[in-house]
Amino acid sequence: MATVESRALKSVPAGINDDIGEETRLKLYRSQVLLREAEQRAFDLFLQNLVKGTSHLSLGQEAVAAGFATAMQPGDLSFCTYRGHAHTLARGVPVEKVLGELMQRDNGLMRGKGGSMHLTSSEHGVMGSYAIIGAHLPIACGAAWRAQYKGAKDVSVCFFGDGTTNIGAFHEALNFAAVWKLPVIFVCENNLYMEYTPISSVTAVAQPAADRAAAYGLERILIDGNDADIVYRTAQAAFAKARAGGGPSLIECLTYRHSGHSRADPAKYRPDGELEKWKERDPVKIYRERLKQFGVDDQAIVAIESDVRKIVDDATEACKAAPMPSLDILTTDVYADGGFAWRN
Amino acid sequence: MAELTYRDAVARGIAQEMERDDDVVFLGEDVAGAGGVFKATVGLLEKFGPIRVRDTPISEQAIMGAAMGAAMTGLRPIAEIMFSDFFAVCFDYIANEFPKSRYMSNGQLKCPLVVRTGNGAGSRFGAQHSQSVENWCMMIPGLKVVAPSNPRDVIGLMAAAVRDPDPVIFFEHKSLYATKGEVPDGEIVDTLGTAAVARPGNDATILALALMVPRALAAAEKLKVEHGIDCEVVDVRSLVPLDTQTILGSVARTHRLFTVEENPRLCGWGAEIVSIVADEAFYDLDGPPVRITTPHIPLPAADILEDIALPSVDRIVDRVKRSMNS
Ligand SMILES: Cc1ncc(C[n+]2csc(CCOP(=O)(O)OP(=O)(O)O)c2C)c(N)n1
Ligand SMILES: [Mg+2]
Repeated sequence: MATVESRALKSVPAGINDDIGEETRLKLYRSQVLLREAEQRAFDLFLQNLVKGTSHLSLGQEAVAAGFATAMQPGDLSFCTYRGHAHTLARGVPVEKVLGELMQRDNGLMRGKGGSMHLTSSEHGVMGSYAIIGAHLPIACGAAWRAQYKGAKDVSVCFFGDGTTNIGAFHEALNFAAVWKLPVIFVCENNLYMEYTPISSVTAVAQPAADRAAAYGLERILIDGNDADIVYRTAQAAFAKARAGGGPSLIECLTYRHSGHSRADPAKYRPDGELEKWKERDPVKIYRERLKQFGVDDQAIVAIESDVRKIVDDATEACKAAPMPSLDILTTDVYADGGFAWRN
Repeated sequence: MAELTYRDAVARGIAQEMERDDDVVFLGEDVAGAGGVFKATVGLLEKFGPIRVRDTPISEQAIMGAAMGAAMTGLRPIAEIMFSDFFAVCFDYIANEFPKSRYMSNGQLKCPLVVRTGNGAGSRFGAQHSQSVENWCMMIPGLKVVAPSNPRDVIGLMAAAVRDPDPVIFFEHKSLYATKGEVPDGEIVDTLGTAAVARPGNDATILALALMVPRALAAAEKLKVEHGIDCEVVDVRSLVPLDTQTILGSVARTHRLFTVEENPRLCGWGAEIVSIVADEAFYDLDGPPVRITTPHIPLPAADILEDIALPSVDRIVDRVKRSMNS
């Protein structure tokens, strides 16, 4: 079975990403801090019984969402899973809208009709969060097919977990995208676990996504998903390839979730010391150091952190004050006429 | 007016919509180069080229998902699933994805697509290539479901389905592909959610769908000529939306209701309609509504077995006569 050591890649060789530039680095940091704070707040609100239903946090996986979203252009499309808060926020969706949906309030992204697993904000390019494992890989192919057909330059990005690489839709989508040369990027966040079972115990290859790439004629791409610079650089290359008509990419990002699978999971199945090891490679911590290494002064870092905290605090208050959804939306938007009539 | 086969009507219906709107694209297994396993899409590749008419791998989930992603971002895809039985391997899209994205997103996402599929028995293909599965789709909020019985309706309902802003499941009956009918020249656009009185009558209402429509019509003719029973045959055409007004109107005049369903008995579309009639037109009825269906069995391959499984003209005549005389 893979150990933490073998999974966690060495950090960036010096020099490789030096030219990312301060402006982008600050964006990457700000994004990661926002995701961290918002997810932590979601957990607190759950403990206060204010988040209903379920929720799946991306604590520890922030660098993937931040790195990809920062590399995206407006108009690029994100397809997420139930573990989609971070990807949704990273596209610029207001914290209040996301927390509001988690709290199933009227101010939520979908006014409580979707819930935490289905975050959608089409105006930000978040084309849905999908809770049936693998379903959105083919859907992302379709959006990319439309771009190809229309000669549009947008790229569709599909995020999913390691466990998703063992479902049929993954393989159908990879082959389909490769054969049609679609501008789609498949991003596997390998956090070592499905819900509770280690991915290595149920998968024929060591790297569930990267080791399958060859079967679809794709390059094997395996990266440190806890280093936002590496994620950002890798994403940029994949976007450039997709926009140039070079077809799909499959990128496996090694990462780790600090929390359990979903709200109620204490994650007892993890070996002793594993979480602590990974926390040493906490993406937010790594990136804070990175900023300092590149000469960003403490004040600028702290300013980002306090600004983000205020945004999350304000959003929390707004959500607590927000009303529950009005009952008349129960039957709206089943069909395109706005209602649910199935007969005359 | 020209006489056209149901098979050729499919290609003409798709072509009519592809000519009208560049956003209409068509994908499926063996649909382009080969013109479809039922030869229902012959000529489309030649007419519209390989960018708009595309062969796919044998990947039903990829076909459905790709159609959905294209639909939600602006295209008007028509996807073919070769046999409706194969819905079972991509049912996630039918049950969870197409019909729920609009609702879950509070109206942000749309899914204007058509899935057309070869449905029904009569080809002696056995249990996994012969089913009538309209009811698998009818029960799902957010979908629309149609099943034409003749070439004219194939074209008109295809146009209505392609232009509709919701996901539409379009059931073509395999045993109707070779049948012929008169089709007007020029564009044909029909309306979803409308039933059609295929034969007016006064003594009893017979509801039928797809292949059961010609059988119900033949039975009605026999009942009239041989037994003096004057049946009205209503072609239901559209299960969702359902034209209950036409159905209730017919029952109000004839006071008797029969459904002829190809599906196995449990939860067939007729059960829903009978419940509506019981609810809303109970006192219009002069006798119990009767459902004539395939029994609760997988379909057999052997012709003599398949023939007795499906409602036949004789079975319809027999059942109606028995009921009307009791
Ligand atoms: C088709 C399907 N099977 C099973 C589930 C239940 N389920 C929800 S999340 C999950 C684990 C997914 O693991 P992975 O792809 O690694 O994503 P992660 O949760 O780690 O982000 C499972 C099995 C599901 N939602 N859909
Ligand atoms: Mg996982």
